[in-house]
This record gives sequence, structure tokens and C-alpha cells, in this order.
Amino acid sequence: MIVELGHVALILALSLALIQSILPVWGAATNQSRLMATSDVSSVGILFFISVSFLALMWAYATSDFSVVNVWQNSHSDMPFIFKLSGTWGNHEGSMLLWVFILALFAAAVSLFGGNLPDKLRANVQGVQAWMLATFLLFILLTSNPFKRQAAAVEGQDLNPILQDIGLAIHPPMLYLGYVGFSITFAFAIAALMEGRIDSAWARWVRPWAMGAWVFLTAGISMGSYWAYYELGWGGWWFWDPVENASFLPWLSGTALLHSALVMEKRDALKIWTVLLAILTFSLSLLGTFLVRSGVLTSVHTFASDPTRGLFILAILSAFVGGAFVLFALRSSSLQQGGLFSPISREGALVFNNLLLSTAAATVLLGTLYPVVYEAITEDKISVGAPFFNLTFGPLMIPLLIAIPFGPLLAWKRGDLLGVSQRLLFALGCAVVTTVVVGGFVQKGQWLAPLGIGLAVWLMVGSFAELAQRAAFRKVPVATSLARLKGLPRSVWSTAFAHFGVGVTLLGVVMVTAYETETIVVLKPKGEVVTGEYTVRHDGYINRTGPNYTEQSVRLSVFRDGKLVSVGEPSKRFYPARQMPTSEAAIHTFGFSQLYVALGDIQNDGGVALRVWWKPLVTLIWLGTIIMVLAGFLSLSDRRLRVGVPKRAKGKKGKAVHAG
Amino acid sequence: MNRRTNRLVWIAAIGCVLSLAVGLSLFALQSGISFAMSPSELTAAKIEPGQRVRLFGLVTEGSVVRGEGLNVRFDLTDNDKTVRVNFGKILPDLFRENQGIITEGILNADGVFIADTVLAKHDENYMPADMAEKLKDKGLWQGAEAASK
Repeated sequence: MIVELGHVALILALSLALIQSILPVWGAATNQSRLMATSDVSSVGILFFISVSFLALMWAYATSDFSVVNVWQNSHSDMPFIFKLSGTWGNHEGSMLLWVFILALFAAAVSLFGGNLPDKLRANVQGVQAWMLATFLLFILLTSNPFKRQAAAVEGQDLNPILQDIGLAIHPPMLYLGYVGFSITFAFAIAALMEGRIDSAWARWVRPWAMGAWVFLTAGISMGSYWAYYELGWGGWWFWDPVENASFLPWLSGTALLHSALVMEKRDALKIWTVLLAILTFSLSLLGTFLVRSGVLTSVHTFASDPTRGLFILAILSAFVGGAFVLFALRSSSLQQGGLFSPISREGALVFNNLLLSTAAATVLLGTLYPVVYEAITEDKISVGAPFFNLTFGPLMIPLLIAIPFGPLLAWKRGDLLGVSQRLLFALGCAVVTTVVVGGFVQKGQWLAPLGIGLAVWLMVGSFAELAQRAAFRKVPVATSLARLKGLPRSVWSTAFAHFGVGVTLLGVVMVTAYETETIVVLKPKGEVVTGEYTVRHDGYINRTGPNYTEQSVRLSVFRDGKLVSVGEPSKRFYPARQMPTSEAAIHTFGFSQLYVALGDIQNDGGVALRVWWKPLVTLIWLGTIIMVLAGFLSLSDRRLRVGVPKRAKGKKGKAVHAG
Repeated sequence: MNRRTNRLVWIAAIGCVLSLAVGLSLFALQSGISFAMSPSELTAAKIEPGQRVRLFGLVTEGSVVRGEGLNVRFDLTDNDKTVRVNFGKILPDLFRENQGIITEGILNADGVFIADTVLAKHDENYMPADMAEKLKDKGLWQGAEAASK
């Protein structure tokens, strides 16, 4: 019964979405405020019905209702409760339902929190969001109905064991909040093009949404990376796999969007470019959904792909992206263009940032899609591996990373490069000293990695130069400096921390790439292996039975200088329902570094293959992204975004008049 | 800085970045890609010694032989031609007989494929798309839909 309710709710949501696709847009075109106002009600209604639908599916999963095909295929009554719940989105149908749920969430958020938007813009934005909602609801109902029934089965087929992890509970919702969050900026861009009017206030409205989406996307990608790192047992954190690139592309263009919207907000320039980026970012999100869902590209991370449904998504993708670009081509010339500005200025630096980020995104896109195009032309199959991306993406990032500390220090309109450089002397000094010390003494003669470390230090120290300058340390008493720091707008702090986070991540990346060591050995009980300062000892086997798996693990003790510092139990699990093995790595964290032990096959002579990595400062990679995420939240909490939004009072008054 | 030089600086900057990107991409596409082949294609193709290739196929039943320590030897087939593969690292969890896998490495002079990477997908129904087609033609495999139902 509840399942049918979910199905009906989904159909009701679709009909509401179809209504909302027309009424507000028509109202905006013909100036009828009552028509425009309908979307405030309908968007909340859509959210309500999709929530009911989503909860109904979750209910079916929670109660292990195996008369529902989707539950039967992807769940098992012995699974821990939390994995039963997260199994709701661990499959194609459920994840698409999560997708539209989040889409509806954002659409309703515009109704609930968009009170300060001009009525027409808001109506058009909600119309565009309804188009997307209707299309994806149709997609679910026609091709991927999660509520399909069958004759009740006794036991389910279990969820893919790799997905039975807390990572699945968090990673997809985070990533989707990011992906789908950019649908709002897309809707804003389309609405602005429809009206043919755009100003710096537009950028001010869009930026918090873009920032929110960016924060979740960053967190989602980072979570996914860490999940793959500990769950797959390969010890890698990024593979330049198509599915990873699919999430990274909108991140790159979304990051560019955040920076260009800043120029638009402050200088009323870069309008066409910002609108284009808003369209591009969501298009790349859709492309990512298509790539992940369709199995067009060979990826190791794809779950539950299905080529036939992929075609449907490709059609949606072409319609939205194609339509958006046609509209852009027709209307962008009518948007008022800002003038050219000086390269040495804050806006110049932001344009430089956009230039490099978008070029880098283009090369990643090229590498991701090249195999598809190549095969279509020559019928030969190729794969573009990590070397391609390292060769193209890496060099393009270096000038950007060098430039980051300069950006916030440059003044708007006309910056003083010499003055700014002087303020960065301290950061430069730190970077040079680090490079020389590491390159000259620790790693004699090896300069590439020390330069990378130096660059990371430059970023980390340089990011705080603006704070130091504004606090005027050493020029005024300490108390005054601290008071000044306290009084700085939160956006200044968030810029500093976001850029600092980039430096932290870079340091982790350089350290792991350059100084990671890998040892593969076969150990018998009581056997030992030495990795750097650590000795790992095999202390025998343990067999266990979990709720829906059996497990064979190895007891390991880790010693440093003869002292026991950690114990671990890497294991091989076997899930009988799916006849699938998985391995669980043992990860020992020492400071920011990790000793990573993955288990191989148990040999006939009683030994076991072990893959032991020493990963120096590896956790900094994710720690840096956490800092970026926190910085994003800090920026969202800035008063300026809430109070300083222009025309709020006017907008409210306007509404009151309409209502009366 | 007047308007003219201003514009010149921007054009130069954009030109530099774009040509850097194009140049790097072209260079990287020479060396950063590897051909993906089935065992039949690998036997038919003339590949230079030392060139990296991605080889995909099914692990032949009963062909997996574990040697000293970590060394593993197995046969990969597309049910037409078969190629022997040597691998010296830890195999992924989902590696097993009759499973579609992807390996990366080089073909040595004796016609043995020396793999340094073996990939098996997370999804137990996974099959490289083109291989699935070939196997479907031969009636050996019905596709993921059928396998999961």
C-alpha cells in the first residue's frame, strides 16, 4: 500500500511540475502576478509529493519488502539497518529518485528563501526548474520505476557489497546536492536570458546558491575519493577515471563561476561569460549523470548502468544543453557588456583564474570524451589514462596556483603588482627555504617534488597575506591588530581559508605522489615486513561471520623502534548472496600520514600476500578539501549575503502591492 | 596602461594559455593513450614491442595458475583467440574465472602479455561493452539485464 502511495505521489508531482512548467512563465510573459505566484505553492507541493515518494521507497527498503523488484534486487534482510536505508539510493532507480528529490528541494528553496527576488525573475527561474523536474520525473516513471511489483520473494539478492559501507550513505547525497545544486544557477541563467536583462544584483542572488552547490560538490568529491581509497584496497585516491572526471568537470567550472560572479557583482562586468559558465556548469553535471548512468565510457566506478536508459538521458541532455546554448546565442548580444579591464587588478586576476580553470576543464573534457570520439571515427578502442591528464592538467594548474595569493591582495580596477609582491615576500621566503631545505638536504638532487612542496607552502602562507595586511601586524599594537582581524568581513576570512585549503591539498598530493612507498610481500604467520620506520608483523588468522558475510582476516601488529604502535585486521570478506568477495584494508594513521595494508590471496603454503604502502601526509589531501568546505560555509554566513542583498525592501513592498 | 595595450595583454594571455593547452593536449595524446584490444585483435595487430596496450577478455576457466609468491598466470579469451597473461601483483577481489576483466601492460616477444594492472569492476555483472556484444552474438552471454534477473 505504502509503495503504491509512493508511485501515485510521483505521478502527482509530475502533474504539478507540468503545471508549473507553464503558468509562472506565462505569467511573467504577460505580466500577471497571480499566475506567477502559483509557482510558490506548486514547487512546495512538488517537494511534498516527491518526499512522500522517496520515503515510501525508503520504507520498502527498511521493511525489506521483496515484492518490490527494486528492493529485491538490491537488498537483503540480513543487512545492517543503516545499509538497508542507504541501499535506497544504491541503485539506478533509487538514485534517480534521490536526484529529483534534491532538484525539488532546491526548487522549493527558491520559493521559500527567494523572497527578495524580483517577481518575474523568480517566476521564470521556477518555470525552468519545473521543466527539469517534469523531464526527470517522466524519465523515472517511464524507464526507471522504482515501485515496480513482482510476486513476493523470500530473500533479496543483496546490495553490491562494495556499496555496503557508510560511504554510500553519505557520498551520493552530497555529490547530488552539488550536481543538482547547480541547476539553480542554470535556471537563473536561463531566466535572465529569457528576460534579456541581467545586472550585478543577479550575480549577488546567484552566488550563494552557487556557493552552496560548490560546497556540497567539493565535499561529495572528496568523500568519494576517500571512500574509493579505503574501500577498493588499491591505495589510490584519484584515478582520472571517467566517472571521477564527470564530477570534477562541474567542480572546475563551478569554481570558475564563483570567481566570475564576484567580478560581476562588484564591477558589473563579465556578464555574458558568467551566464555561459552557469549554463556550462549544469550541463557538465548533466553530462556527468549521463556518463555515470549510461556506461558509455568504461569506468571502474560505474554501478548499475544501463545503456538503453542512457539514451533517454542523452536526449534530455541534448534538449537542455542544446536549448540553453541556442537561447544563449540568440540573447547574449542583448546583455549589456562591461568594458575591458586592466590585467593587473583584482578583476584581472579573477579573469586569469577563469581562463586557466576553464582551459583546464576543457582538457579534462577532451581526455574524457576522446575515446568515444576516437572510436566513432576510427572504430579503434583507446583509453586515455592518467599520463594524459597529468601532462595537461598539471602544467595548467601551476600558473593558477602561483597566482592565487596575488589575487585577493590586488585592488579593484588598478592593482599595484610591486606593492603586492612586497607583501608576499614573507610567503615567498617560506616557500624558497622549504624548497631548498627539502631539495638540498632531505632529497639530494631531486628538485621536482621539493618545488611542489615549496608551491604548497607559498599557497598556505600566501593565502593569509591579505589578513596580515589588513591587521597591519607590527605596525599597530597587537590588540589593535586582533581587533581589526575580528572586524574583517567573513568573506575575507573565507577566501583566505579556501585558498589555504588548496595549498594543504596540494601538499598532500605532492607528498604522496613523490614519496609514497609500496611493498608487496608474502608473509606467513610470525613473518615481518619493514616499510620505512615501521615493521609490520603477521600475528595469525581469524575467521569470523558477519550479518551477511563471512570474513577471514589477518591480525597485524605495527612496530616502530621495537614498540607496538598500532594493530589492525585487514580482511577478505565473502558475501554469499551475491557470491562476491571484497577486501577491507587496514589503515593506520600516524599524524597526517598513513600506513595502508591491503590483503591479497591466501596462499596454499599458509602465507598471505600483503600490499603495504607508506603514504606520507596523505590525509592532507582530504583535510584540505574539508578546509575549503568550511571556508565555503563561512562565506555563506557572511552578513553581506543576507543583509546587503539589494532591493530586498523594494521587492517585499512590490509583492505586498501585488497581493493587495 | 592605455586601452590598446590593455587589450593586447589580454589577447596575449589568452593566446598563451590556449596554445599551451592545445600543445600539451596534442603532445599528451601521442603518449598518454593506450589501445584497448580483445585477444583476437591483439593477435592480429602488429604492435611495437614495449607499447602499452589494454587487453580485455574473459578469464578462461581452469587457466589460473598461481606460481611463486604473487605471480599469477591466466588465459584471457574472447572465445576466438586466447592470450596468456602474467601478472605479479595482487589481483582485485572480483577477479575470477569466467569474469570479464581488463588488463594493462605490454606484449613480450614470446606472445605472453605482461600485465601491470588488472581491473575487475565493482559490478559483478560488468562486461566491457564491446565484448558483451561479441559474446551476445555467440550466444554465450545474455547481458547484465538477464544476469541480474
